[in-house]
Amino acid sequence: MALKLELPYTTHRLSNGLRVFVHEDHSLPLAAVNLWYHVGSKDERPGRTGFAHLFEHIMFEGSLNVPKGEFDELLEAVGGTNNGSTSTDRTNYWETVPSNAVELALFLEADRMGWLLDTMSQDKLDAQRDVVKNERRQSYENRPYGLAFETLSKALYPPAHPYHWPIIGWMEDLDAATLDDVIGFFRTYYTPGNATLAIAGDVDTDRVMREVEKQFGAIRPGQTVPAVITPPARLPGNVFLTLEDDVHLPRLYLAWHTPKIFEDGDAELDVASAILAHGKSSRLYRRLVYQLGIAQDVDAYQDSALLGSTFTIAVTARPGVTIDDIARHTFSVLRELAHDAPVEEVLRAVRRVETAVVGSLQCVGGFGGRADRLNHYAFYVGEPDYVAEDLARYTQTTPDAISRAVQSWLLDEPFVALTIVPRGEADRALQELRS
Amino acid sequence: MSGRSIPVVGPPGLVRTPPYVRTQLAGGLTVVAVPRHDLPLVDLQLIVPAGAVRNLRATAGLASMTAEMLDEGTKVRTAIELSEAIDLLGADLDIRVTWDATLAGMHVLSPRLEEALRLLAEMLLEPTFPEEELERKREERLNALRQDRDEPRAVAARTLARAVFGDHPYGVPIHGLEDSVRRLQRDAIEADYRMHFSGSRAFLVVAGDIDVDALFRLADELFGGWSRPSQDIATPPLPEARRRRIVLVDRPGAPQSEVRFGHFGPARNTELYFPLIVANTVLGGSFKSRLNMRLREEKGYTYGASSAFGFRKYAGAFSGGTAVFTDVTDDTIRITLEELQKIAEQGATVEEVERARQYLAYGFARNLEMTSDLVSALSDVVLYELPDDYLDRYSGNVLSVGVDDVRAAARACFDPEHVAIAVVGDRARIEGPLEKLGMPLEVWEVE
Repeated sequence: MALKLELPYTTHRLSNGLRVFVHEDHSLPLAAVNLWYHVGSKDERPGRTGFAHLFEHIMFEGSLNVPKGEFDELLEAVGGTNNGSTSTDRTNYWETVPSNAVELALFLEADRMGWLLDTMSQDKLDAQRDVVKNERRQSYENRPYGLAFETLSKALYPPAHPYHWPIIGWMEDLDAATLDDVIGFFRTYYTPGNATLAIAGDVDTDRVMREVEKQFGAIRPGQTVPAVITPPARLPGNVFLTLEDDVHLPRLYLAWHTPKIFEDGDAELDVASAILAHGKSSRLYRRLVYQLGIAQDVDAYQDSALLGSTFTIAVTARPGVTIDDIARHTFSVLRELAHDAPVEEVLRAVRRVETAVVGSLQCVGGFGGRADRLNHYAFYVGEPDYVAEDLARYTQTTPDAISRAVQSWLLDEPFVALTIVPRGEADRALQELRS
Repeated sequence: MSGRSIPVVGPPGLVRTPPYVRTQLAGGLTVVAVPRHDLPLVDLQLIVPAGAVRNLRATAGLASMTAEMLDEGTKVRTAIELSEAIDLLGADLDIRVTWDATLAGMHVLSPRLEEALRLLAEMLLEPTFPEEELERKREERLNALRQDRDEPRAVAARTLARAVFGDHPYGVPIHGLEDSVRRLQRDAIEADYRMHFSGSRAFLVVAGDIDVDALFRLADELFGGWSRPSQDIATPPLPEARRRRIVLVDRPGAPQSEVRFGHFGPARNTELYFPLIVANTVLGGSFKSRLNMRLREEKGYTYGASSAFGFRKYAGAFSGGTAVFTDVTDDTIRITLEELQKIAEQGATVEEVERARQYLAYGFARNLEMTSDLVSALSDVVLYELPDDYLDRYSGNVLSVGVDDVRAAARACFDPEHVAIAVVGDRARIEGPLEKLGMPLEVWEVE
C-alpha cells in the first residue's frame, strides 16, 4: 500500500525576521494559528529553572491591547480554543478558530509578541508563579511515580547540561524568579527572528499574509539568541537510584542516552520501543506480564529531543516479585531483540506509526495537527513539509537496523536504573545488574 | 502603539455535518455510515447498549470484564494471536464500557478496513472467555485497583460517587471493587455476554474513507445473522438524596487536597439539555468559567477547576472539582458552594450566557474534524435516540438558549442543599478548618 502524504504550503518572511508557513485546506470552516518560539528549558540556567514554562503562563495574562483575562474570553466568544506547551527545546502556542476569526487569533499572538511588557507587573508574575507551583504539586509531587522523570534527567545529565533540570523547574527556583528575569527573558527570546508562525486551514494565502504583515510587521526584530552550551552527556557507568514514594507496587525505570531527534537510530529506537512494550503482543508485555506474570505493566519509549534523546523502559512489579527478577528478564528480552527482530514484529510497529501519522493529519490545529507539524519539522529539520520523509524513516527501516540500534545504544551503553519503592522498602530497589 | 485594536469577528459560516446513511440489517443491527475521503482513514464503533449500570454491588466490574474479555480469545484465535492480527493492520482497538453501553472501536487505514471489521466481528460474535486469560485479567485489575488507592484523583472520584449514589450502581466504580473482582466467575461473564450482547439492539457507526454500499454488504455478511433475544436492563431507582456534607479521606502529608463535589443530574433526554450545558459552561465548563476564574486566576489556589454534567440514559450526575494546596482547602469549598448557590439562585448574566452560547455553538465545527469525532457524535445520536438532524441543529439549539432558560434550568438542576463534597488530603491539617464550614463531616477509609 503506497501512501502519499502531502502538506502543501507556502513560506514567507517578514522584514523583522518572522518566518510564516501557510497551508490551505477548505474542507471545514476552521483555521489554525500556531506559533513556535525556539526557547525551552534548555535555554535556562541553574538557579532559574522552570522559567520558560512559567513564562508560557505569563503569555496568557494580557498585553497592551488585550486586557488581562480577555485572551481566553475573546477566543471563547468566537468558539475558538487555544493552548500552549513548553518542552526542553521550544515553546508553542496555538489557536484553533472558526475561519472567520483567524484575524483575531493573529492579533492576539501579535499583541503578546510585540507588546507584552507594556502591561507586565509583579502581580501577574506572582499569580502565575502560584499556578505553576500548584501544577508542580498536582502533576508531579502528589502523583504516584510523579518524580521519576526529574530524578532520571538529573542522573542522566551533568548539572551544567540544559536537560539536567525538569521543564517545570525546581520549587525554590520558581520562588526566586524576578520581574527583571521576565523582562530580560522576553527581550532575548520572544523575538520575531526566534519564532515561526504556521497557519493552516480555511484561509486564503494572500489575504491571510496581508493580515500577518499588518499584525506582526511593526514588531521590532530582536538580537541574536545566545547559543546553548551543552557539555557532553555520557554516563561513566551504570547508576542505581532509589526513590521512596506513596505507592503500593515498586516500579523499575531504565534510561539510556540515545541519538538526537531525526538522527540515525532515532526512528529505529522508536520502533524498538513499540516492539518491546506497545500492546499485548509486544515482547516485554508478553514475557513479563503474560507468560511469567511478574509485572503489572510495561512501558517503553524513545523521547526524542534536540540535544539528545532518552530511551526509557518502565516496568511495574507485581506483589512479591523482586526487582532483580524484573531487571534480569527485561535485559534478556533486550538481548533477544538485539539478536533477532522478526520482520512481522517490525511491520506491526511501523504500521501503527503509519496509522498514527495519518490520523494526526486530520486536524488542522492543536498539538500535533498540521500547523504544529509544519513548525515542528521547520524547527528540527528545516523543512516544514517533512512529514512524508519522517514516515519513510519508519517504513524503510529494517529488522537488522532495529537489532543494531538495540545493541549499540542500549546493551553496549551504561544506563540509569531507578527503582521507585513503597515507603520504608528501599532495600527492594535494584542495586546492581546480575546476569 | 496606536492603530492596533481588537478585530471585530462576525458570525461564522454555517457548519453542516457530513451527510450520513442509516440502514438496518436483517438481524436487527443498525449501521450508520459517514463517507469522507480526504485521508485514507476509517474510524468505526460497535455500540452494544448494555452498560455498567447493569452491575450490582456484589458483581461490580462484571460489565467491564465481559467487555475486556472480548479480545482475550475467540473460536479461532488466542488472545496473543488477536493482538498480533490487530497490530499487523496498524489498527487501534478500543473496547470500553460506559454506564450506558459497551463500545468497541477501531481506527485503521481504509485499505485495511475489511480485515479490521472481520476481526471486530470475530471478537463480538465468537468470544470464548478463556479461564487462564480471565485469571490474568483479574490479577491485573486487582493490582490496578490497589494502585488506584495511591492516586488521589482516583480516590476522590470514587469517594464522591459513593457519597452521592451510595449502593446504586453509579456509586460503585465501573471496574469494580477488590472483593467483587475477586469473585467474578467465568460462567457469570459468559452468561452476562449471552444475556446482553445481541445484534438486534446494537449499532455500528463508521466514518471516513468508505464505499457505503460495500460497507453495508460487508456488515450484512458479518453481523447479519447476529440476533438473539437480549434482556432489558433493570435500573434500580436512585437512593434518596442526602443533605449537604463533606466526606474526608486522609492522605497524610499530601501537598495538595483533591476536592470533588457533586449531586444527581438529569438524564440525557432532558428537555433542559441545552440550557444546562450553557449554564455549566458559565459555572465550570470552560477556561473563563466562574470556578476556574475564582480559584485559579483570582486566588491562585489551583492549576484548574471545572464542572460537568454526566448525562446518562436513565439519570445522570453533576460533578466538578479541583486540586488545591492544602491550606486553602476550606476556602476552596466555601467558594465552590458560594458559586453553586449563586448560579442555582440567579442563573447567569446576559454577557455570560452569550459568551457560553457562542463558545459551544461556534466551536462545534472543531468537534467534527476527526473521523473519530464523527463516530462519537453519531454514537450518541443513535444510543440516546436523538433526532436524526440533531448534529445539524446543535448550533441553532444552543444559540436560542436565553437568560431565562438558563435561570430556570439552573434552578431545577443545581442543588447546593444536597451536594456531597469529597476531599482527599492531609487530615491533620485540614480537618479543623473543614469542621468550621458548618456542615456534617465524615471521615472515610479508602474502599
